[in-house]
Amino acid sequence: MPEAILEVKSLRTVFKDKHKELTVVDGIDFEIGPNEVVALVGESGCGKSMTSLSIMQLLPRSAEIAEGEVRYRGRNLVGMKNKEMAKLRGRHISMIFQEPMTSLNPVLTIGMQLTESIIRHLGVSKVEADTRADEWLKRVGFPEPARIRREFPHRLSGGMRQRVMLAMAMSCRPDLLIADEPTTALDVTIQAQVLDLIRELLKESDMSVLFITHDLGVVAEMATRVIVMYAGQIVETTDVRSLFQKPMHPYTKGLLNSTPRMKGDIEKLIPIAGSVPPAGMYPPGCRFADRCPLAEAVCRAEAPQLREVVPGHRVRCHLA
Amino acid sequence: MNVAVSPNNNTVARKPKNRAWERFKANRMAFISMFILIGLVLVAVLAPWIAPHDPAEQDLLNKLKPPSADHWFGTDDLGRDLLTRVMYGARVSLAVAIFSVIFNLLIGITVGSLAGYYGGKTDSILMRFVDIMLAFPQFFLLITVVTLLRPNLFNIIVVFVLFGWMGKSRLLRGQILSLKNREFVDAARTIGMSDFRIIFRHILPNAIAPVIISATLQMGSMILTESSLSFLGLGIQPPQASWGNLLQSAQSLTIMTKAPWVPFIPGFMIFLTIMCFNFIGDGLRNAFDSK
Repeated sequence: MPEAILEVKSLRTVFKDKHKELTVVDGIDFEIGPNEVVALVGESGCGKSMTSLSIMQLLPRSAEIAEGEVRYRGRNLVGMKNKEMAKLRGRHISMIFQEPMTSLNPVLTIGMQLTESIIRHLGVSKVEADTRADEWLKRVGFPEPARIRREFPHRLSGGMRQRVMLAMAMSCRPDLLIADEPTTALDVTIQAQVLDLIRELLKESDMSVLFITHDLGVVAEMATRVIVMYAGQIVETTDVRSLFQKPMHPYTKGLLNSTPRMKGDIEKLIPIAGSVPPAGMYPPGCRFADRCPLAEAVCRAEAPQLREVVPGHRVRCHLA
Repeated sequence: MNVAVSPNNNTVARKPKNRAWERFKANRMAFISMFILIGLVLVAVLAPWIAPHDPAEQDLLNKLKPPSADHWFGTDDLGRDLLTRVMYGARVSLAVAIFSVIFNLLIGITVGSLAGYYGGKTDSILMRFVDIMLAFPQFFLLITVVTLLRPNLFNIIVVFVLFGWMGKSRLLRGQILSLKNREFVDAARTIGMSDFRIIFRHILPNAIAPVIISATLQMGSMILTESSLSFLGLGIQPPQASWGNLLQSAQSLTIMTKAPWVPFIPGFMIFLTIMCFNFIGDGLRNAFDSK
């Protein structure tokens, strides 16, 4: 296997105040290889976004990385000077967010925001940056880029803004794109449009993507490998095909049963009972035990380890 | 529906700035005030060339004369032309207002931005310093410092700058606190922008409107404060004219009864200017407020 673009090693991220420490990401390990699309899946509050912010070193002030490493092409990003990190952000690692409506600055034109990172990271002239911005706007599907460049964000729709965000994220040709629920806030047709676009951009470049989502439909469409997170831990990780064909963790099965599908004989969607326990209130055994239909005595007594059940397929469950 | 935007029209989007300008123009009082102020500033700047007399030229035979063709605003108790003195006074009053507010803005914006953006210790230290500065009764502090220094134009501006920036920094800090966690700021960080650029390019333009409004209103109050100081004899010293010391020199009962225009005209100028700044401040507030 060629060298990984991103390696996350036993990452533990905590929220901290004077009195206590809350672990929200609890010992996560994964790798992203070149040109790989890895989906990070899980319910709200399972630590997906905190993982992505830990990678970018953009955690909120109250949170910090307590343990572990985040290596980009071998360089550890944890503890890196902010100045160094700023050189990587946008240039080598980019990110797009869930809310395109609020991710663009309302008082600057699209062009100003788009050329900013091009000028900063690639050191080209204003005119050259404008040309490149136009190229990117064209690639993300704006037929009249020069006009869009002069527009302010409020004149664009959500889908248009997300495409602008994508152009911004791509404009310096990063190796790694972190897409944090990029389609959640968009309606379905626009979702498809944005996903198609990401796929197309992937084909043209050898970029890797960390795709954070809770939409398994999107996972099936985009990802090569899937990481399922629950309560701050990885509970299952495998390639996309075996995840859908042979899910092993009861949580993953639950997620699949609660997702509508066009084919198949599922008549009713079966929800997973209960909700994710809040950080700091985890049960001593398996964190999913209280919601698990299969839970046995051992599940409540002993915390399961993530183990490789089938080559390439790792599961954190006693029963798998 | 006349502003509906068809997808293929070729006009550039009207900038938020332009719409603000249109709303400002629609506010008649603010718009008129703006022209009056521009006129006043022009007169003040051009005073040495357009004033009909020399501001210090005395004519004791013609003292306290009512307005006439030669002396449009009449003459004061030393026979000096009041129109000329009011014109020269405008230079002082407007210079104090404009320069002290500009430097107030510079300090206030810097302190407010740093405190708001970095938070934590930086914020605590800077804001406690602001609290300390605000704890002194401003006007008495001004009087004390002006008495210690020599009361001339430069010193007065310095003192006004030293004791006038705190409100702005507080205002801006609050704005920045509410803006710095917005997603577009995170987005700017994810494309690797420096803190400096994030503060001044991304956050400040979103936060500056209330600060500008407050600065406009402060211009009025600076003029009033300068006039009060001069009225107490602690501001600009005669024979240099300021609106405040023109009023002061018109305090005697004789002048007030025999030549009421002598106190009235500088008083009216102070009133007019402050009104203008307040109307403009109001107009700006409405213009920036898109709700």
